[in-house]
Amino acid sequence: MKSALSALGAGLLFGAGLLVSGMANPAKVIGFLDLGGHWDPSLALVMASAIAVSWLGVRFAARRTECPVEEGPANTGITRQLLGGSVLFGIGWGITGFCPGPAVAALGLGFWPAAIVVLGMVAGLWVGKPKTGAAAGPATATG
Amino acid sequence: MTIAWAEFTPWHSLAGGLLIGLAASVLLLANGKIAGISGILGNILQRSGAEPWRLAFVAGLLLSPLVLLPVLSQLQPSALVTPQFSIADLLRLLAGGFLVGLGTRMANGCTSGHGVCGLARLSPRSLAAVLTFMLAGFVTVFLWRESFGLPL
Repeated sequence: MKSALSALGAGLLFGAGLLVSGMANPAKVIGFLDLGGHWDPSLALVMASAIAVSWLGVRFAARRTECPVEEGPANTGITRQLLGGSVLFGIGWGITGFCPGPAVAALGLGFWPAAIVVLGMVAGLWVGKPKTGAAAGPATATG
Repeated sequence: MTIAWAEFTPWHSLAGGLLIGLAASVLLLANGKIAGISGILGNILQRSGAEPWRLAFVAGLLLSPLVLLPVLSQLQPSALVTPQFSIADLLRLLAGGFLVGLGTRMANGCTSGHGVCGLARLSPRSLAAVLTFMLAGFVTVFLWRESFGLPL
């Protein structure tokens, strides 16, 4: 119960961050991806700020032992699957302006195109699911 | 390339990023989990992975607009001004969403899992993923704009 409450709080904070930064608006994201055109650097600052704060969280968590991080990357190598998957993700991101977090937050905003993206996304996640059924133990997907 | 100064929102971006970083830290410190949205969604799809913390996190993400709605027009008006899509965009949204789902599942992470959490953990794997999907995104938008005009 306590773990669900903190996770709910984290989800609310995460969504608030996406909304405040404007990242739940796909036009803003496309503005960032339009590097060769009229470039809006906002997304880079969102990432930088989020990474800096998370880095502090990671440092702090590393000093505590009572709550070890259970989930970590399943595979530490830079594989063809990692790069190929990232290319596919980048293409989908580029043609819609949505990545998974903003798609869910924009769905909560009642924005219908986000519902279509989430539908496609769920199908893609399903098709690409690990073949072993029981995933790969506790250390599976992180993103 | 020109910088879109009129659209650039540095303070909102920094503040939003701070909230996202706080969210990732809360999940890490209180739950020992990585705030990777594609991974959380993917695991929920498998019955065994639909744990309460994952469902609660997604519920929070979905409910955040509702909670913020009263102040959102002051905080970030552009969050509410969403671009116009038409029915003709349906296939593109569906196909794009599919690629996002399949790609992030193959790569074990997206903008949050690799981009925020992975880079914060100084993971070389995440850096490779982020550089790759950013480059793919830049190239896709460039090619799309050259062929059909900006996607949005």
